Amino acid sequence: MLAAMPPSPTADLTGLSDVTASESSLTRFLHGLPGVDQVGAEARAASLATRSIKTTAKAQALDLAITMVDLTTLEGQDTPGKVRALAAKAMRPDPADPTCPAAAAVCVYPDMVATAKEVLGDSGVHVAAVATAFPSGRAAMDIKLADTRDAVEAGADEIDMVIDRGAFLSGRYLQVFEEIVAVREACARPGSEDAHLKVIFETGELQTYDNVRRVSWLAMLAGAHFIKTSTGKVQPAATLPVTLVMLEAVRDFRAATGQMVGVKPAGGIRTSKDAIKYLVMVNEVAGGDWLDPDWFRFGASTLLNDLLMQRTKLTTGRYSGPDYFTLD
Amino acid sequence: MAARIDVRKTYKLYIGGAFPRSESGYSYIVNDAKGRFVANAALASRKDARDAVVAARKAFGSWSGRTAYNRAQVLYRVAEIMEDRRPQFVQALQQSEGLTTARANAALDAAIDRLVWYAGWADKLTQVVGNANPVAGPFFNLSTPEPTGVVAVLAPQESSLLGLVSVVAPAIVTGNTVVVVSSFDRPLPAVTFAEVLATSDVPGGVVNLLTGSAATIAPWLAAHMDVNAIDLVGVAGEQELATELEVAAADNLKRVRRAPVAEPDWTASPSLDTMTDFVEIKTVWHPMGV
Repeated sequence: MLAAMPPSPTADLTGLSDVTASESSLTRFLHGLPGVDQVGAEARAASLATRSIKTTAKAQALDLAITMVDLTTLEGQDTPGKVRALAAKAMRPDPADPTCPAAAAVCVYPDMVATAKEVLGDSGVHVAAVATAFPSGRAAMDIKLADTRDAVEAGADEIDMVIDRGAFLSGRYLQVFEEIVAVREACARPGSEDAHLKVIFETGELQTYDNVRRVSWLAMLAGAHFIKTSTGKVQPAATLPVTLVMLEAVRDFRAATGQMVGVKPAGGIRTSKDAIKYLVMVNEVAGGDWLDPDWFRFGASTLLNDLLMQRTKLTTGRYSGPDYFTLD
Repeated sequence: MAARIDVRKTYKLYIGGAFPRSESGYSYIVNDAKGRFVANAALASRKDARDAVVAARKAFGSWSGRTAYNRAQVLYRVAEIMEDRRPQFVQALQQSEGLTTARANAALDAAIDRLVWYAGWADKLTQVVGNANPVAGPFFNLSTPEPTGVVAVLAPQESSLLGLVSVVAPAIVTGNTVVVVSSFDRPLPAVTFAEVLATSDVPGGVVNLLTGSAATIAPWLAAHMDVNAIDLVGVAGEQELATELEVAAADNLKRVRRAPVAEPDWTASPSLDTMTDFVEIKTVWHPMGV
């Protein structure tokens, strides 16, 4: 079960409040961030990936990873039946083993939110909806906001928005900032808890690690609850070095403001081994506080089955196979 | 002038069409029949076996989906490449089995002939063991053999090439994919065979070859829930281990070819059981006429 989400992170930005006053001050701030040492970041990510996690630590890591999965289906061919099956799987990933924890959320298109919510009810598994003209983010602002409000009204607990990469790459940072702020406002749900906002950068389109660092700060300043690597529709999707840069950004943001922001790598994480590499990195870079589904998520679909197979291997002592888990 | 220093080779595994080192990092010394050093071979671990099963499962769909005729052509091509590699095979056989040149050549001939014989069966087995069954109704009722899936093969310990071909060929010709644990003391003909497969038309993953100890790896393969059958001929004579493996294999109802008391004479003509042990009979009912 997920604990209640923390209060709004925009509360205390002492010293950073004037940064977003104008386009030029924002640009000055973002370009003033220290550059990312590309070779260093990649080497650090690669060295963290060599840690050996075995036996009880592995069992713990697998269960933690399962609780962090945002079980995702974002296909044109999604049907209510498929979403219901996925929601059922998120609640009971391994029907044969009651000790297996539930996943964090299911992630669907806005029109499927009601369907997912119907199945999930108050099980504690959240419904996340991608909004703002996912995956390209190319639509008029009012359409993006309407998209978001629709999903929030339908009961989405979390909104995964995409940024306008075209605006970001051409240097219109304030526009991106204001879009995030506006979507954050659209996440409000009077009379009940607001939907939490994840901001997708599509790092595969941002070209450099410097841009990843800048956009991370931009989104955090605008009030994102989570920063997310990718839509899963563009290659490369989540990579270890990109996630490393984002984890450094949330660590530094907490040091500067006292606010914690979550991180969600999404796309391309398919094996338990990969997932454990990410967990090691979270612990080493951001810190143990982030080893919690409130602060770190995996956007994935096939990953869950591999986690379950590894889990079954640990409990039964023999290798399992895909025949024993659902197709999704 | 100083004498040339030998290149001491370390052979690798063959998994999913690639030649990786063992995940464990271990290798072991391979001696010839007289106990002299020949080369190092990778010592496969349970994780290599796991990777090999994943590769075999991945390859199963397309391999079993090919026409029987095409599978035959692919195996004929393997036989042709083995001919091309004759000197290398003869040397490997002499080293590992201590054969004379003439006997090594004869053993290679027999192995190639065995492969050609099985290749011929690819599109004939259905005709022999399949059937149009007479039933009490207006239906065509057809039974055909279908591959069972991923087969773990513990290759014979003594006959390092003829024995190997005699257990691998019948499993793959019907459309199965295999994970083979080679002879422990005599792995080099198997390594050369893997090199032949890699340069032939056999898709990666159809045959995966692990060099190492059957006693270490086989329990993991026998218990693996994604392996459909296991051939225990490689532990012939080790009844205790064989029984243990049979018990482990029962968990997911694997087909098991039991371990013989002693290694069979591979020069004898094989029976069709070598193929039919690893197929499932599928029966289809079809309305007759209108």
